[in-house]
Amino acid sequence: MKKLFVLLFSSFILPGAMAQVDKGNLLIKNGTVITITKGNLEQTDVLIKDGKIAQIGKNITAPAGIKTVDASGHFVMPGIIDAHSHIALDGINEGTNPITPEVNESDVINPFQIGIYRALGGGITTVHAMHGSANAIGGQCETIKLRYGTFDPEVLKMDGAPRTIKFALGENPTRSHGEGSGIVPRTRMGVEFVIRQAFTEAKEYSEKWNQYNKSKLVKGFRGAPPVYSYRHEVLSDILNDKIIVHCHSYRADEIYMMLKVCKDFGIKRIVFQHVNEGFKVAPELAAQGAMASVFSDWWAYKFEVYYSTAYNAAILAKNGVVTSINSDDGEMMRHLYHEAGKTQKYGGLSDEEALALITINPAKQLGIDNRVGSLEVGKEADIAIFKNHPLSIYGVPMFTIVDGIIRFDREKDPDDMRLMVDPKQAIETATFRDKLSDQDHCMEGAEFILDSELFNANKK
Amino acid sequence: MKGLQTIMGLLTAIVCIVVLRVEAQSPKGKYGNVALTNATIETVTKGTIQNGIVLIVDGKIAAVGANVSIPSGTETIDCKGQFIYPGMIDAGTNLGLSEISSVARTTDFNEIGEVIPQMKALTAVNPNASAIPVTRVSGVTTALSIPTGGMLSGTAALINLHGYTPDQMFAGFEGIVLNFPNTGRRGFFDRRTDEEIKKASDKALASLNDVWEKATQYQKLDSATKGKAGYYPELQALIPVLRGEQTLLVEVNASKDIQAALKWLKEKKVKKSILTGVAEGWRVADEIAKSGIPVITGGVLELPTRDYDRYDKAYANPGLLKKAGVKVAIKSESNNNNYRNLPYHAGFAVAYGMNKEDALKAVTIIPAELFGVASKLGSIEVGKSATLFICNGDPFETKTQVSHVFIEGWSMPMVSRQTELYNEFLKREPGVKK
Repeated sequence: MKKLFVLLFSSFILPGAMAQVDKGNLLIKNGTVITITKGNLEQTDVLIKDGKIAQIGKNITAPAGIKTVDASGHFVMPGIIDAHSHIALDGINEGTNPITPEVNESDVINPFQIGIYRALGGGITTVHAMHGSANAIGGQCETIKLRYGTFDPEVLKMDGAPRTIKFALGENPTRSHGEGSGIVPRTRMGVEFVIRQAFTEAKEYSEKWNQYNKSKLVKGFRGAPPVYSYRHEVLSDILNDKIIVHCHSYRADEIYMMLKVCKDFGIKRIVFQHVNEGFKVAPELAAQGAMASVFSDWWAYKFEVYYSTAYNAAILAKNGVVTSINSDDGEMMRHLYHEAGKTQKYGGLSDEEALALITINPAKQLGIDNRVGSLEVGKEADIAIFKNHPLSIYGVPMFTIVDGIIRFDREKDPDDMRLMVDPKQAIETATFRDKLSDQDHCMEGAEFILDSELFNANKK
Repeated sequence: MKGLQTIMGLLTAIVCIVVLRVEAQSPKGKYGNVALTNATIETVTKGTIQNGIVLIVDGKIAAVGANVSIPSGTETIDCKGQFIYPGMIDAGTNLGLSEISSVARTTDFNEIGEVIPQMKALTAVNPNASAIPVTRVSGVTTALSIPTGGMLSGTAALINLHGYTPDQMFAGFEGIVLNFPNTGRRGFFDRRTDEEIKKASDKALASLNDVWEKATQYQKLDSATKGKAGYYPELQALIPVLRGEQTLLVEVNASKDIQAALKWLKEKKVKKSILTGVAEGWRVADEIAKSGIPVITGGVLELPTRDYDRYDKAYANPGLLKKAGVKVAIKSESNNNNYRNLPYHAGFAVAYGMNKEDALKAVTIIPAELFGVASKLGSIEVGKSATLFICNGDPFETKTQVSHVFIEGWSMPMVSRQTELYNEFLKREPGVKK
């Protein structure tokens, strides 16, 4: 009775406060444990207590009441991390201005999307849910854990993960604003300008506030405070190393430009996203400690990705750039393990190097590598269990575990895993992805300002 | 063990680089008689031959087996530890018709008009499209290049991925493309109501029936006047289909539409047809099997078509169709210039239930049969075209490396722009400092 009371009480109080995240206890028996950071361990058990990895070793006996998963003949690896996704979001592009750091994806998280469950079916446990690429400086992003089953958007958020923000260079911002609305930027020169302008204004803004805060302390000060601007607050946070920049980019020249901007404004943490021509400036990226999150082999869907190579990830990795492979796509994210495997065909990466591209490396890029991305005692129990090796084309995720709770069970889950059924939805209507789709998904929600084929198809 | 793996990885990388560097000196194909020796030969149609020889003479497979006498002076490639497979056939591409899919001036697959079966893909195939070498170095040697858009979009052509003119590339099959009236949604941006969708598809079916009626009348007039019924190119182009001489490629995906298409093909007594796409084929697999109409399905790496469907239905679709008794070929994703991923589409079908042998057939001999070119392509047999590849393992496995590709006896340079960029930029010179 007391428990029930507490439960009821908390369900009224909690919304808005810290979300109650379920954490599980579990013993995974007898699998090949791919730790990523500490080699492979044959016939090894992983004990999970209260959502964290408590012990990794042989012949661990299950504490009383703890559920056991038999992983004999299976591969146990860290849950896969997608550093570039747009799932679980109800809005992607605030495409009305080239500079919109004031918007935040954390306001539009949708826990009901079936795409979350489908991603679990591909062994994914953590996702960087990003703003789109219509703007040179886009919105803030949210790192989420796929705790599918909750109705509470707050529960999906990975509490304590560093703040991140989306930037975008090249064709998308120039098409959206220059071509679409006739305002700067229409060229890569303009993209550089609007970013430098925004940072310069932000510097002035913080100097004014610093000045005011200092003056305020002087007895008899009578001045008014500067005008508050959330936009400039966020930009200042970037300059003060409080937010990691994730910069949509393709061409080598624009990547190089952004590296110089970072140098000039003292921005230390930047991850280039897509970065199809990153291979051309790999030495520069490595020298500045910039990271890269790439597609395995996507190319030729627009001009700025025409001179791409599927060897991009391997070249970047071999040049010392912390590299990850991402999906930017609700389908591709279901087989990031296969996309990582392509670096063995294109560039001969080892199993360890290839798997790092979808585990510890994206964790580093999101600033969460102290919590997830490898199987180590003390880390969060986000785990994917595979039949066949995850880099094999025949690898099949069997269980996906988040915080010690089984969120995907290939054998036991029913076919229909929707959390909510729309009574107005027609049962017979099927959706087929547009075969002429020419964009990265970064432009979802910004079609209205574009003269794209996609847009025209919609008009028809 | 880990050290060994690293060393092996490094060695593989070094071997790759050396091979690519050597080959990069000659970007041309090389023609000549060659004996491929000591190979595991996956014939597809006649089992596996261990430690065998494939003899290529005059562009054809002259001999296959464990005991083949090699004419003196024949160049030999030692394939110890390697496998020989027939070239893979991607039955759903726009290779040669698209350079950059979003830059309209670089694409030639979508002509204006709803009923334009007379538009021929072969005319617009660019033999030097950058995607062609990118595709063939992965063992995909042959592709159906398909026009899209409208209702009757044009005439698709089967091409081998080597040659300097479309005719040199032509692989012996052309088919008329029909986009069957569609009740599915096109994606997140398609915000039509269910009623609007139904209206549009009913209208499209009425218009298809109208075209078919006109073509039937035209065919009669054409016969009666011995070809002097007047110049109606779109109707003329349909005559071979009406006569049962040419194949109608029917793109159809939603289960209801598949049923409607089967009914329509029966009503119109279309003799030669293939269903393509067929994303929801598994829902009506028995009906497709009963019709006897073969299927080219794919891409396999797709999302389920409905929110309530099991998450892996698209991966399982080819296997479920095959199990129901449908003749199944697998294609990759259309219109993305990543046709090199065809073996992975087949591999996913296997991971999610299809028999491996059936999946291999689905990208080799089955499409060859569907296109009426099985006497030349699709298996390693004496008398067939020497269109094959050599690799170091299971061709569906992601890390497998393809070392040689032969197309009609021509040995392909194992380079593409993507490998060239790798060679130039792996160790860029100068580095950070010039």
